[in-house]
Amino acid sequence: MRLGDAALDRLRDAVRAPDLAGTRYRLVGPLGAGGMGAVFEAEDELLGRRVALKVVDVPLDGEAPAEALLEEALVLARLEHPGLVPVHDAGRLPDGRAFYAMKLVKGERLDAHLGHVALLKERLRLFLRVCEPVAFAHANGILHRDLKPSNVMVGPFGEVLVLDWGLARPLAGAGGGGGAGTPGFMAPEEARGEPVDTRADVYGLGALLDAMLRVAPAPPRPKALASIAARAMAPDRDKRYSDVPALAADVARFLDGERVEAHVEGPFERAGRVVKRHRVAVGLVAAYLLTRGLFILFRH
Amino acid sequence: MTRFPDTRGSLVAAMRSPDEATRARALSTLAEAYWKPIYTYVRLKAGREHEEAADLTQEFFARLVEKDWLARFDASKARLRTYLRVLADGLVANESKAKGRVKRGGGLQILSLDFDAVRREAEEHRAAGELSPEDFFEKEWVRSVFSMAVERFRETCVADGKELRFALFSAYDLEGDAAVERPRYEGLARRFGTTAVDVTNQLAAARRDFRRIVLELLRELTVSDAEFRLEARALLGIEPST
Repeated sequence: MRLGDAALDRLRDAVRAPDLAGTRYRLVGPLGAGGMGAVFEAEDELLGRRVALKVVDVPLDGEAPAEALLEEALVLARLEHPGLVPVHDAGRLPDGRAFYAMKLVKGERLDAHLGHVALLKERLRLFLRVCEPVAFAHANGILHRDLKPSNVMVGPFGEVLVLDWGLARPLAGAGGGGGAGTPGFMAPEEARGEPVDTRADVYGLGALLDAMLRVAPAPPRPKALASIAARAMAPDRDKRYSDVPALAADVARFLDGERVEAHVEGPFERAGRVVKRHRVAVGLVAAYLLTRGLFILFRH
Repeated sequence: MTRFPDTRGSLVAAMRSPDEATRARALSTLAEAYWKPIYTYVRLKAGREHEEAADLTQEFFARLVEKDWLARFDASKARLRTYLRVLADGLVANESKAKGRVKRGGGLQILSLDFDAVRREAEEHRAAGELSPEDFFEKEWVRSVFSMAVERFRETCVADGKELRFALFSAYDLEGDAAVERPRYEGLARRFGTTAVDVTNQLAAARRDFRRIVLELLRELTVSDAEFRLEARALLGIEPST
C-alpha cells in the first residue's frame, strides 16, 4: 500500500494526538512542542472551559520523560504566583502518556512580543516582571534552569508568564543537569554538570536581558545595562549578582536614573545620568539662568 | 498471538542473529522500510535512471548482508536512517568498482521489490524538485514506516475478527485527499450499518492500536532509546521550539 500525502498527514496527527477517550477533555488542536512534551488545546467538558494539555510527546515512551513531566506539574502546583501558569490536573491518559492540564494562556513568545516594544524602559519593565516569578520560585526552593525568550509568554492583557519548568529542580542539593539547558542561556557550571544554585538562574536572566536588548527594533543599549548583563553572566558565579532580587534591583536603579552597582561611571556619563534623572529641575534652573543672563545682557 | 518478527528489540541485532530465519525476517522488514527511500534517493541525488537505480537498490541490500555493513553501525554516533543513507552515497560513489565485481540486475536480486509503484513518484518529484534528496529520503522513510504499520494493523484486525474497525479507520483516516472533507461519523455509521457511538468508539480504539503498532515498528527500526525518541519525533513531525 502506498499512502498519499493527505493520508500521511492524518496518520501523523492520529498518532501524535493524545488519546482523550473517556476523559473529561476533548481535543481542540495542537499549540506547540517543547523539549519533552507537546502542548494541545482542549475543552474541559466537566468545567466548560478551555485548557492547555501538556503531554509526553512520544506515546508509550519510557518512564523517564513521564516522570519528568509529572515532576514539572508538581513543581508548578507548589508555586502559586501570577507569573506562573496554574496547574489544574495531572495523570495518565488512556494511551499511557503522562499529562498535566493547565490554564490556557494565548499570548506571544517574549521574543516575538519585543518586536513591537521599541522603548527601552518598557523592555526593562518586562524583564523585571520575568524576574518576579523566578525569585518567587527561588524563595520556595526551586530553580528553573532553562530561562530563555521562548520560555516566557506575554499574555493579551500584558501578563508575563514564565513557562516550561521541565528542567526545574529543588534548590537543595541541585546537581548539574549535564548540559540539559539551552546553549547561550545555560550557566557554565550547569554545562559542566556541576552542582548549581540560584546564580545559575541569575546567569540565565542575564542572557535573557542581553537577548531582550538585541531584538529588533533594538533600542540604544546603554553601557550601564551592558554591564548589568555582563555581571549577571560572569563565568565565575561568585562574580555574579548573589541572587535574582539583587539583579532586579540594579535594573530598577537604572530605570530610576540611579547609579547601578555593576557599572563604574566616567564623569561625563555621571553628569549625563544626573541631568537625565533630574531633567525637570535642571531645565528650570537652566531656564532661570538663561532668562537672568538675557536680562543682564539687555540691561547693559 | 504474534504476527510480527520476534526481534522486537532491534532489527540491527536480528540481522546478525545466528538463526537464518530470524536474519531473513529482519532483512525483509529492513528492506520494506528502506527500499523506497534508497531507490528515490539514488534517483534524485545521483541522477540515475529507473533501471540503474533499481539495480543499485537491490545491490545495496545484497551488500548490506554480504559485507555485514550493520556491524559497523554505532547508534551513539548516528541514526540508522542516516547511516543507511550515507552507505547509499558510498555505494553510488564506488559504482565503477562495483561494476567490475558484480553483474547488475542478475544474481543480486535478493528481494522482490515493485519498483514501478514508486517510479512515477520519483520522476514527478525530480521534475518538481521541491525537496532536497535528503529531505525526500526522510519523507519516503516516513511513508514506508506508516505504510508498514497500516498493513500490520490490517493483519491484526483480520486475525482478531475486527474488520469493521479497520474499514472505519481506512474510510476515515486513509481515504481521500486533503481537499476532500473527512466523512462525518453519522455518514460512516450509515455506510457501515452501525451507530455513530460505535464509530466513535471503534475509531478511538483503532487509533490507539495503530499508535501502538507504529511505535513498536519504530522500536524495531532503531537501536537505542535516544535514537527511538529522535526518530519518533521525526516520524510524527514534532518540531520543538528553540
